[in-house]
Amino acid sequence: MSGEMAIAAALLLPLLICAGIWLAGRVPDLREGVTLLGAGALFVIAIIIAGHVSAGTPAELSLGEAVPGLEFAFKAEPLGALFALVASGLWIVNSFYSIGYMRGNRERNQTRFYMCFAIALFGAMGVALSANLFTLFVFYEILTLSTYPLVAHKGDANAQRGARIYLMTLLGTSIGFLLVAVIWTGALAGSLDFVPGGLLQQAEGLTPVVASALLLLFAFGVGKAALMPFHFWLPNAMVAPTPVSALLHAVAVVKAGVFTILKVAIYVFGEEILNATASREFILAVACFTIIVASLIAMTKDNLKARLAYSTVAQLAYVTCGAMLADPAGFMGGSLQIAAHAVGKITLFMCAGAIYVATGLTNISDMRGLGKRMPLVFIAFFIASLSIIGIPPLAGDWPKYELMQGAADADLDYVPIVLIVSSLLNIAYLLPIPILALMPPPGSPEPAPYKRPGGAPLLTVAAPCFTAALCFIMFFTVGPISEFLEPATGERIPSAYMTTGGAP
Amino acid sequence: MIELISSLVPADIAAHAPALLVVAPMFLAPIAAFMPNGRLAWLLSIIATGVSLIMAIVLLAQVRSIEGGAVLSYAMGGWAPDAGIEFRIDALNSMVLLLVSVIGFLAAIFSWPSVVAEVRDAKRAMFYAAYLVCFTGLCGVASTGDAFNLFVFLEISSIATYVLVALGASRDRRALPAAANYLLMGTIGASFFVVGVGFLYAATGTLNMAELAVRLQDMQGNKAVLAGYAFIFVGLGIKAAMFPLHQWLPNAYAYSPSFVTMFLAATATKVAIYALVRFLFTVFGLEFAFEGSTLIWILMPMGIAAMIACSFQAVFQTDVRRTLAYSSVAQVGYMLLGISIATTAGVSAGMFHLVNHALIKGALFMALAGMVLSYQGTSLNDLKGLGRSAPWTMTAFAIGAVSLIGVPLTAGFQSKFALVNALFEHGWWWAVAVVMFSSLLAVVYMGRILEAVFFRAPSNPNKRRKEAPLLILIPLWILAIANIWVGVQGGFVAGLAEDAAMSLFIGDVS
Repeated sequence: MSGEMAIAAALLLPLLICAGIWLAGRVPDLREGVTLLGAGALFVIAIIIAGHVSAGTPAELSLGEAVPGLEFAFKAEPLGALFALVASGLWIVNSFYSIGYMRGNRERNQTRFYMCFAIALFGAMGVALSANLFTLFVFYEILTLSTYPLVAHKGDANAQRGARIYLMTLLGTSIGFLLVAVIWTGALAGSLDFVPGGLLQQAEGLTPVVASALLLLFAFGVGKAALMPFHFWLPNAMVAPTPVSALLHAVAVVKAGVFTILKVAIYVFGEEILNATASREFILAVACFTIIVASLIAMTKDNLKARLAYSTVAQLAYVTCGAMLADPAGFMGGSLQIAAHAVGKITLFMCAGAIYVATGLTNISDMRGLGKRMPLVFIAFFIASLSIIGIPPLAGDWPKYELMQGAADADLDYVPIVLIVSSLLNIAYLLPIPILALMPPPGSPEPAPYKRPGGAPLLTVAAPCFTAALCFIMFFTVGPISEFLEPATGERIPSAYMTTGGAP
Repeated sequence: MIELISSLVPADIAAHAPALLVVAPMFLAPIAAFMPNGRLAWLLSIIATGVSLIMAIVLLAQVRSIEGGAVLSYAMGGWAPDAGIEFRIDALNSMVLLLVSVIGFLAAIFSWPSVVAEVRDAKRAMFYAAYLVCFTGLCGVASTGDAFNLFVFLEISSIATYVLVALGASRDRRALPAAANYLLMGTIGASFFVVGVGFLYAATGTLNMAELAVRLQDMQGNKAVLAGYAFIFVGLGIKAAMFPLHQWLPNAYAYSPSFVTMFLAATATKVAIYALVRFLFTVFGLEFAFEGSTLIWILMPMGIAAMIACSFQAVFQTDVRRTLAYSSVAQVGYMLLGISIATTAGVSAGMFHLVNHALIKGALFMALAGMVLSYQGTSLNDLKGLGRSAPWTMTAFAIGAVSLIGVPLTAGFQSKFALVNALFEHGWWWAVAVVMFSSLLAVVYMGRILEAVFFRAPSNPNKRRKEAPLLILIPLWILAIANIWVGVQGGFVAGLAEDAAMSLFIGDVS
């Protein structure tokens, strides 16, 4: 398949799936079949695109101009290909999981649910493959709008409130700041294309003040990156059914946000200009602040999903932090974090969902001793927690390593300290959950019986186990992945400090 | 498409297109008045506006036949300009004419169910006659090249409009004071305008706009010209609902028959803005209007004030029609802001937004008209839960709403993008902040409506509600799809706007 065709297929397929789901809406088994087959096909296409990228053959597609100068153009590059792979790959796992969850919970409006999911994937693919800021912005908004019905799925007052905050924050920041930044960039540089080395290099009359303002607009305009103080939509969006939280708020939506930040850092500013931009250090400090404060807030939350949400806020700031380090190792750390955190966090969310389907429990304090009934779920939770913390041999180890390396390269002493403190905080708020569930202290009361006879549906247990296994596998495949990403991030300074797949 | 339609029109007729465009509805109007029943008058008004639409397309093709845009001059009745009245069509005129006639045609088709519901049987024929007169006036303003003739057409359309607004009285008695208020303000505006034209005539001795432009070039600093400039600016400002001269508009929109609201919102203020632009750029010229006079410094602050103040007012309205009316004044602010940049990019963005806003408000008010049919009342409360009972109508409404907000892939996004781009190029970055803030307010006031429509339970579930009839749905969806089309493939409309702006800057005053 040629690169052009592959990109067209990656964009068209989610729409076809959406139509298929609508047509098959009355026959649930057929409907789910469409989702699974389509997700599988999309993953294959993402692999093909990645193949094109690593082979260096061009994969570009232009769908014409909206008005002169604003082109719908797509181009695969390493970072986007990785994001497309992660999103489409985890969509398959998540679809299996959704089937178990939605049926186990007897949720209503399932056809609408799966359709919106497919459109959200359409948005994510568009963001991943966009070749210019205009296309990226359009798909960014499609992603926002298509996930709004998913967040509001339950339809009660609480869900509506959460969904409204979700929509208003994301739309408000994107129209108020991001769009301004996009147009300003276009006015300065005369183009909106992503250029290796930095689009703004072409800009005449780019003063440091303007560059600083622009970077601030980008960093806070991408509300999906959940940088404080625009993080509050994420905990509020946890009113959504768990599969939505799992795929969208651990993978597609939030990762589209930090992906945009990385993309802007690498292809719009470029290492050189970014380093000369004063506000970079301010945003780096905000990211570090977000890492620590969100972790501290997470410790205070007893609701499992709320705790995971704040943990996500903190982990997303890693990527922003990597982008703002503005050196190859930082970029690499940020990019790896997109994949590693996705695999880890989706596991945690799916475990939370499995627990909810089986027992109806949402509070951590009620889960003591529950591991005896649901050992697999809590073991998967345990593994994923270790990965998030960053303990080898699990995937989450590498991004932290690269970020520290990047901080050292950039002579920023406080960043490694922040990262270490964050790891300690991760231990404090994540590990007690599986440990108390698997090994309750003597004398703790027996957990409540299953709400659903038969416990968690098989699919909701198998899916997190699978992604937990992925955390292991990714640790050993990081060599090829980082080689794949290297053209985008740039050569790291001591080029041989990370051996392929082994210990550092 | 344009070439195809214009090639089907015989050359003899095409040569007289500027006259036919105005004359066809003008002569059919009295005939419509004498029709025995409303249905025939309705058909006649469709024919009249349809003829105008075809003529507008022919004119557009003729203007575009030359690279950069031809200027067509048509001597009315064979009398050469200066003695006779000249119709003068360039890229800007042809764009406005196309807009007015497209909207007029769609409005005529859509009007029937709404008129049946809101206008008494005996008055329907007269209603359509008034509509055609109003349409004639708007087309005339947009095609004449004579300053006094422009005043005449402006009054023709305005007087017809007062009648149309007052006819809303059978639905809501408050239409009468609204019409009276509008009449008062409109007459003041027209008087100011004609006084201004009088000053210019006294100073130059001509009423032909092209000739005026030539003679005014040497009259920098002439007090009579300055006075004329001020009178014309304020007079047209009232007609265009320029902040703070917009007080007549919200009530006129809120209480007139639904069909009238839709037509006025999409065309009347647009034509007044056209006339303003024509006088600022062509007659007075860039140098006089923007450098020789401080008055122009009113345009930009007023535009910005409208964008902020009226958006805020829109947020606090409970009647949806008033929300949309205030939003119209705010959107006029966008256009004025674009024009006040006085660069090609700025004016082109302003014109682009002018067209897009007509498409947006046309769709929104059409959907509202459809809603009023099955459910009396346009308060936010009445709209609750309509998304379920009238999905087609309300989906089109939603498309218009997101386009008004400026969500990507819609027309509103494209013109706001162009406007902000022009502002950046001109270095007015602070105005960008205002545009964005105003957009956020649009998110709030349209968001409230959309939420009520799609996510709230109906406040009175027993009341019967249904989809709008096909006669409304079809033109409604044409406008809704046009919004998407401009958002995805906006090259055609953007090109029209750019040609129009270019034609103003060529300085073609010969």
